[in-house]
Parts: sequence; structure tokens; C-alpha cells
Amino acid sequence: MNTIMLTTETTFQTDRQALAARLKLILPAHCLLLDEEDLRPYECDGLTAYRELPMAVCLPETEGQVVDILRACHQLGVPVVARGAGTGLSGGAMPHAQGVVLSLARFNKILRVDREARLAVVQPGVRNLAVSEAAAPFGLYYAPDPSSQIACTLGGNVAENSGGVHCLKYGLTVHNVLRVRVVSIEGEVFEIGSEAPDAPGYDLLALMIGSEGMLGVVTEVTVKLVPKPELAQVVMASFADVSKAGDAVAAIIAAGIIPAGLEMMDKAATAAVEPYVKAGYDLNAAAILLCESDGTPEEVAEEIARVTEVLTSAGASDLRVSQSEAERLRFWAGRKAAFPAVGRITPDYYCMDGTIPRKRLAEMLAAISEMEKKYSLRCANVFHAGDGNLHPLIMYDTAKPGEWARAEAFGAEILELSVALGGSITGEHGVGIEKINQMCVQYKTPELAAFHRIKAAFDDRGLLNPGKAVPSLHRCAEYGRMHVHHGDTKFPELERF
Amino acid sequence: MRLDDLVSAIQAAHASQTQLRIRGAGSKDFYGGMLAGEVLNVAGYRGIVAYEPTELYVTAKCGTPLAELEAVLAEKGQMLAFEPPQFSGASIGSAGASVGSSGATVGGCVAAGLAGPRRQQAGAVRDFVLGVKLIDGTGQVLDFGGQVMKNVAGYDVSRLLAGSLGTLGLLAEVTLKVLPKPLAEQTLVFAMSEVEAIARLNEWGGQPLPISASFWHDGQLWLRLAGARAAVAAACSKLGGKAMTLETTAGAAVNAQKHWISMREQTHPAFAGDILWRLALPTNAKPPGLDGLRAIEWGGALRWYAGEASEIREAVRGAAARAGGHAMLYRAPESLRCLEGAFAPLSPALLALHRRLKKSFDPQGILNPGRLYAEL
Repeated sequence: MNTIMLTTETTFQTDRQALAARLKLILPAHCLLLDEEDLRPYECDGLTAYRELPMAVCLPETEGQVVDILRACHQLGVPVVARGAGTGLSGGAMPHAQGVVLSLARFNKILRVDREARLAVVQPGVRNLAVSEAAAPFGLYYAPDPSSQIACTLGGNVAENSGGVHCLKYGLTVHNVLRVRVVSIEGEVFEIGSEAPDAPGYDLLALMIGSEGMLGVVTEVTVKLVPKPELAQVVMASFADVSKAGDAVAAIIAAGIIPAGLEMMDKAATAAVEPYVKAGYDLNAAAILLCESDGTPEEVAEEIARVTEVLTSAGASDLRVSQSEAERLRFWAGRKAAFPAVGRITPDYYCMDGTIPRKRLAEMLAAISEMEKKYSLRCANVFHAGDGNLHPLIMYDTAKPGEWARAEAFGAEILELSVALGGSITGEHGVGIEKINQMCVQYKTPELAAFHRIKAAFDDRGLLNPGKAVPSLHRCAEYGRMHVHHGDTKFPELERF
Repeated sequence: MRLDDLVSAIQAAHASQTQLRIRGAGSKDFYGGMLAGEVLNVAGYRGIVAYEPTELYVTAKCGTPLAELEAVLAEKGQMLAFEPPQFSGASIGSAGASVGSSGATVGGCVAAGLAGPRRQQAGAVRDFVLGVKLIDGTGQVLDFGGQVMKNVAGYDVSRLLAGSLGTLGLLAEVTLKVLPKPLAEQTLVFAMSEVEAIARLNEWGGQPLPISASFWHDGQLWLRLAGARAAVAAACSKLGGKAMTLETTAGAAVNAQKHWISMREQTHPAFAGDILWRLALPTNAKPPGLDGLRAIEWGGALRWYAGEASEIREAVRGAAARAGGHAMLYRAPESLRCLEGAFAPLSPALLALHRRLKKSFDPQGILNPGRLYAEL
């Protein structure tokens, strides 16, 4: 397999001494890391396969320090990679070898929880779950709940437009953030969005959310809080084959139901999870569906009855409805623990994040099963079925020569199939460095060029998170050359080298 | 009309540096800033390209009338949840197309980014935009987003385009997320002062109640509940004693529907008058101390004021800003809108960023110049 090096192709002429001297003028000693042993913990994020050691890690405590750091880097021409908790799965926070990591870890205060207006103002280093915990006394919560919510931070959620298991009904980060405060690479502070709806001008909030640290550094986030439903119940359904389970998902939507959560796990996933969590999953089923209903007790009863009816006629072989909150949490525990559970049965795993139209699910799963043979690697599948967002977990062992390369190729094939089936290479994990080549499959030259122009409108010297999220046209030409689909090249206008 | 026709028109305009004014049905000619440039009529580029009810999306060409689109969705029990105005009939005010017009188009709806009564519960227009086929100011066709619910590959340009008023490009085709219609709806009416309505709406908003719309005008608050039958019934009895009328018969339900349509279409008398300010505020903002309150929508987040002379503009904009929001000169003679700017002014730093973005999509500045801001 010919892969293009996934290290960033951008290089900068950073003078390490000059950079250190400048940063020392801005930050007190406890906010600046320069020694290799201190830098080492920052060399990767949740995607540990890609590592790079930065020249410095800054841990500012005030917005003024963030402004000064960015101004200094802009003047010196030094790249900056912003970082939250480092739980991201696409290498978006992987450092640049000639650059600075700007950690927002110390921006960890919840500034305001406004019960009446149902919103919270938080610093970007606040953990996702902490927002809901702070809002809980008021019967409110922050809806997006990525699986990493106990650790991941709001700043990172904004950068990645994180989802979770409830986003079909409650939306992604982009639907739940009202306003951000952003520092530009030139050290200018912007307020984008507001506590009032429909902020004037272009919807820069939409542009900022999911921009993977490429456009600015967020120093404050205002999020929407929503009333906690009185009750939630989950139906667990077993299916003897995955295509029936896929059809059942479509049948629920066709019946006019938007469940609070709609998740699928295949047999390999339940087999990994059950010994670990003892959630009570049906290990004989080819796939299980978890369908959650929330709302008032009356609403939940009505919806659960309809869901049960739909799933039964869709051919579910077994159905169980959670009878208590403890049981509901147990049903979910297995799904939420799917990644660590798979981590227990394999030395390493590689998590993918493609989205596909729901109706293509059976096709995708059949193809993945063929790929398992082709690459001689096992794969367990968990699926945000309601949103069409698939997380295949490819199991491999770094210690075995060639396995990582096969896992990488396996993953790339899944992502490219996602695009071919009408979907996307990433639903919620971001492009980062990991999927930079697959961006060349998802988009053609004009769109990529438009992305580069947008980037330049915010950061014309390309100092914020260089080499991530949007590939250079040359990278795509190179990738296309090695990877010609159906005989047509994607970038015929570019010179080959 | 074919996509190529629109592409050639913009390419030609780009080559000759001719300013264009993109126009669908013209139902929102009253909206925003200056109307400048040669009219590029896109109403002929119409039709539904794809509709997949179980995938919850519809893709339509820009000239497709909203009424036509929503009729197709209704056949499958689905809807555009942001409840956009169609401005198709005779209006009380000067808003709206001429009588007999087919009303707002899908492209204009997304370009204007105007949502209706369900906005507070369901979200804004941009929240439902999944993908856009854009023709930029050089006549280049660009595809952003797609048809899936979750897609974080690349910058979210599709949502950026919602509300951009055609200044970044022609939204030739849009893909929107659709949702099932609620199983049950019921409207309650309460006698209530402005201050009390704001307080109650915020109090209810913090509870798990199925409120899908609110409208206050002249001492009365209309509250629409929507969702599962049992949830609506339970909420009605909970909010109970305060209801002035409770519609239980089919006839009354139709009346309620007409009532909400009159709010969505702004044919309700609350929207009458030559000058109308639209204040977007935090839901719980205290009354901003202005005269001429006409209506409150969106759980308190949207407040309409009748205006008179233009000299009050600073007072209105200042009051909105102090309350944490912003004021738009929603309806006024075009000369006044051009003079004062329809939208709340941007900070110099934000305006500079807007200009750079505008330039990156429309380097010659030929598309809808001045429609959003005079500087764009």
C-alpha cells in the first residue's frame, strides 16, 4: 500500500531560542513547557498512531495571554495548534514540529449558568459533562453528549462540531451553541453569535463550529441548555440479520418517530461489550438496536408503544423495554463502553467515522465484512443508526509488522465507500490529519480551493493548525495519482510530479 | 431553465463586471438593504431533485415554490420544521409578493434565513440546511455539504450561506432536513401583559413542555402545543386554568391553524404599518423601554415594534444592544433602509472579515451588492 506520509507537509523556519525567549516574556514559568520530557505528553491526541513533538506548550490562564501568544506567533511566523483535553480521534490536535501547542486546559471555569434564559457561559477548557452537572439543579442540561463527555471539553466540541448518541433529536454542537468569543491569529478578539437569535451578518458561528482550530482560538462559549425530560425509556431489539435491523431504522423514521437515540451494534461489538459491561445484550443476534424515547411519562408511553409495534413488524426476534432508570443506563452502558470494550480484546483498534444514508447500511456492513477478509483484520461495528453515522472499530496490533498499514488501508476503503454511497468521510470526529487524503475523495478542486480561500480570510499566513482539515491541491493530485478511481483522475488540471 | 443557463449568466456578468440582483418570486424584495443590479430571475429553475422521507431530506432547485415543496412533504406527513413564511397572499403590510404570486421560493427562503413561529422550538433555517449547490460570483459551481445528517468534512459553508442574502453566490439547489409533522396540536390563549408574558414564556421554556410556538399581541398570548397526543393533552391540563379557549373541535383546530398562518405570513394586524423594527433579544430580556410594541414571538426572543420617523433609529438600536440583542429595520421605505442600513451594524473587525469572505466568493462584488450591508 502506497500511503502518502500523513505528517503535515507544511514547514516553517522557527527559531527555537527566539520563540522561547518571546514566550517567556508573555507567560509565567508554570504556564510554559519547553523541555522534551514536559512536551512528550502533548505529542498526540486520542489518535495515538500519529505523533509529533512541538517546540513549546503554552498553558495560558487569561484571554490577554492568548492574545499575546497569538500576536507573537503571528509576528514570528510560528504555527499554533490549539488543544483542549486531547480526546479527539482524528489527530486534529497533533502538534506541529516547528510550532506551539496552545492548551486551553486552564480555561476551566463555568462563568454563568442562567436558569431563566436557559444558557451557560463557559470557558473552552470546561468538560462537556460538567456543563450538564452545573445545570442539573435547574432541571436543565447541555444536549450534545459525545461518548468522551466525561473528559472532552467544550472548546474541542466547538472545534469538531461533536455529536453524540442523542443528536438526531437534539442536534449537534452547531445546533446548541449560541455564541463564541474568538481570538484571531493576529490577536484580534471577535464575538460571534449572541444570546439573541439570528445575529446580523454572515453566520460565522456555523463556519467556526467544526473548523478544527483552523480559523481562530475560542476563549469563551455560550451554550443553550434544554429542560431535562421527565422520563426516558429505551427499547432493545434483536435482529437475526443486519439488513432487517437497517430496515427497522427506516421504518421508525417512516412512522414519523424521531427517537431521542437510535443506535445499532453488530454481533462483533456486542460480543466484545457483554463480558465487560454485562448489559444483558442478546449475543445470538446479528445486530441489536437501542431506541430511546424521552419526554413526559404520557409521551414516552405513547412513543414506546409505537416503536414496539414498528420493531415487531420489522421482524425483531426479541424486544425488551427498560423498566427502570437503572436498567436503561445498563442498556446504554454497553453502547457507551463499546470503544474501551473493544480495546480489551485487541492490542489496538482504529475507529472510523463515516456517514452514509441509512438505507445503505446493509450494503456497507456486507462490504466491511468482505474487507475483513481482504485485510485479514477483524472489525466490530457500532452505529449511530438514526443519523447514519457508522463507527467501525478495526482491530490490529502495532507490534505485528504490516498490521497498522493494513488497518489504515482498511479504514481508507471504508471512508471512500461512505462517499461512494452518498455519505461523508466524517460525521463527528473531524478530518484532522487522519482523513486528510480522503478529503480529496469527498471534494473536488473548486470546493477545496474555496475552503483555502475561507481559511485565508481568517488566517492568511496559514499559521493556525497547518496541514490539517483541508488538504493542499498538490496532496490531492498526488493521492489521486496513486488512487485513480474508475480510470478518471480527479485533478486533471494539476501538474503531476 | 437549466443550471447551465444560470452559470452562463453569472459568468457573463463576472466577465463584464455587471452587478446582478438574484430574484426568485420577489416575495422578500422588501427585506434587507438596497436592491441593485440587473435582475437575474431564477424562478424558472425549479423542481424537487430528490426526496427521501426515511432519510429525512429533500433536495430542491432554488426556484421551487415553498408551497409546492411543503405540499409534497405533507403527503408523507413531513414538514419544514422551521416554518418559513411564504408571503404569497395579500399582506396587511407591504410585505409579500403581489396577490396571485406563487410565493416564496426555496432558494430565497434559505438566502434570507427567515424562520417562522416554530423557530424557538425547532431551530433556525440554517439548522436544517444539509447541503447547497452554489454558483459563486465567478460562475463556478460548488457543492458543499450533502444529504446526510452529520457531516463535518470541510468548513460548514452550507450553513454559512443561510441568511447571506445571495451576496456570496446563487444558491442553485439546497438540501434541507425534514421532520415528521406532530401528531397533535392545540392552541391556548391567555390574557396577559407584556411583562407577565415574558416571565411565563421563560418559566415554561425551562420545563419539559411541548410548546411549539408563542405569539403575544395587545394583551393576549397564544401558545401552540405540539407533539404526541398524550403530551399535548397533559400539557393542556397542566397549563390548564389559564386557558381562555381550548380548541377541541375540528372547526376550532382549523381556526387555530389559520391564526398561526397569519402570524407566519405576517398578515396579522400586529404587523401593520410602514415602519417595522424586528428586535432579536435574549428570551428573558426586560422590555427595552421603547414605544410601539406590536408583538412578541419565539418565547420572548423576537419583539416587533412599529416605528415612525427615522430619528428613533439610534434609540432602537441602542436599546436592543443594551438588552443583549440587535435590531433590524425590517420594513421601511427602501430609501430609508438604504440610508440607515437594514441590519444592525457590525464591529469594524467583523466587517473587515465579512469583506474578505465576500471577496473570496465574489471577487468582483457583482452579486446582490448592498443587499446585506452597503459595504458588501
